[in-house]
Amino acid sequence: MSDRGFKATSGVNPALPRQRIVHAPLVNAPSAGLVTGFFEWFGELGIFCWRVLRAAATPPYEGRELIRQLDEVGSKSLPLVAMAGAAIGVVVSLEARYSLSRFGAKSMFPATLVYSVIQVMGPIITGLVVSGRVGAGMGAELASMKVTEQIDAIEASAINPYRLLAATRILACILMLPLLTLAADACALLTGWFAQALVEPLSFHQFISSGFNGATFDAVLPHTLKTAVYGLIIGVIACFQGMRTTGGAAGVGRAATNSVVLASLFIILADVVMVKFILVAFP
Amino acid sequence: MPTAYDTSMKQKDAPAQAAVPFVAADTLYKSFGTRRVLKGISLCVGRGETLAVLGRSGTGKSVLLRLIVGLTTPDSGSIRIQGQDLAGLGLDQLGEIRMKMGFLFQHAALYDSLTVGENVAFPLEHHRREMSSAERGDLVIKLLEEVGMEDARHKMPSDISGGMQKRVGLARALALEPEILLLDEPTAGLDPISSGEIDDLILKLQRERQMASIVVTHDLHSAKTIANRLALLNGGEVAIEGTFEDLQQSDIAFVAQFLKSS
Repeated sequence: MSDRGFKATSGVNPALPRQRIVHAPLVNAPSAGLVTGFFEWFGELGIFCWRVLRAAATPPYEGRELIRQLDEVGSKSLPLVAMAGAAIGVVVSLEARYSLSRFGAKSMFPATLVYSVIQVMGPIITGLVVSGRVGAGMGAELASMKVTEQIDAIEASAINPYRLLAATRILACILMLPLLTLAADACALLTGWFAQALVEPLSFHQFISSGFNGATFDAVLPHTLKTAVYGLIIGVIACFQGMRTTGGAAGVGRAATNSVVLASLFIILADVVMVKFILVAFP
Repeated sequence: MPTAYDTSMKQKDAPAQAAVPFVAADTLYKSFGTRRVLKGISLCVGRGETLAVLGRSGTGKSVLLRLIVGLTTPDSGSIRIQGQDLAGLGLDQLGEIRMKMGFLFQHAALYDSLTVGENVAFPLEHHRREMSSAERGDLVIKLLEEVGMEDARHKMPSDISGGMQKRVGLARALALEPEILLLDEPTAGLDPISSGEIDDLILKLQRERQMASIVVTHDLHSAKTIANRLALLNGGEVAIEGTFEDLQQSDIAFVAQFLKSS
């Protein structure tokens, strides 16, 4: 250890070097940065949403770009959503049959499958699958446009990028998510019935009429329409992350990852809130 | 220091209308974090006039162009485009002013999902909605012919060279018949022949269209060829502004060093 330039003399206390008094910060610096960053992120998100809303509400409307995005989000996600729905249908069917058999409630199988798929599994699986495919794609595409100055070029051409790029993508997500959810539900019910029919004979007509017996629109519609909120979350997060990217290829990768992670997280959180809301609003 | 108007009067090629301030930047300051990039820059460009902004890398040349087109806002100072102050304008009001400007980005910034022809047609589709697709197509061909790129109309930007991309970027910048042309490093990264071709193209466009132009460049030879006036930036300030001869006669050490190294 260094003696810091002064020597001890026997019997005499050497003069201590003068030390600068450093006050401990009131708040731990890294956590303070984290808190600031958290509020900054939400502040920027708020400003972004306001700009998109204002751009979307005023003409000219970007109809062609909206149609392109509807195709991009809807038709191109359909195979993936259908496959995910089909897989979930089989899993729920197997699990439900096993559990219901234990309690002697096998007759409840069709209704259990229908309600589990339509109210719980279909919407959340569609949201997460689309968040993975569309969120990452949009985030990376916009981030790449941002770092190569293409978004600046759009703005320099006197075209509002919030209207052309963000509003159209967000609207496409909002419109397509409920339709994709219906497709996922249909595939899940079909494969769920098929998995059951392989074990015990059950006609599809019987399965559907028994499953939907007594079901009202209130039991089906709110759970399907809530996915429009998932669409809003996916679109807003992906566009926001993409359009604020900095830092070249690494920034593009970060934007894609953040888009998926944050959109998935917010979808799950939103689901908690919306399930409670639907239970209260549609008892 | 002489103002833009004083120096422009000395030039042999300065057009008669040079005194009309199409672009007027007044004491612009801009910082990024703790780094101050621009420290009170003032510049003016009139109709038919070309100002070349020179300087070392990182002296804020490109930032200056971004401020003029409104992509970045200054910390203080003002920018007037044909007398209209950019401060406090909304995106749509700014859009009206931007329609008078053409901007060629350093790396052309062509939309990589569109073909060359679609790139040039892009501003027309959004701002000339009254045009039929046939009229738009004809105009795109005319613009591409003007920059010598008519054969690349159906190619993707990734399939053409850097020099060709800059030509296409220039055609796109000219699509709305701008009165002000902003060029960010139009010859950077190009071979001498391509650089010369781009310079000739800019000169030809200037003769035909009489735009007010600001060219940011490292290339002194190119600046000397295309510009009426040159402004040399050093440390975020204008070290000298004037004709090439003014720069040659300057006794400022940085100017002499810059000319010697170029």
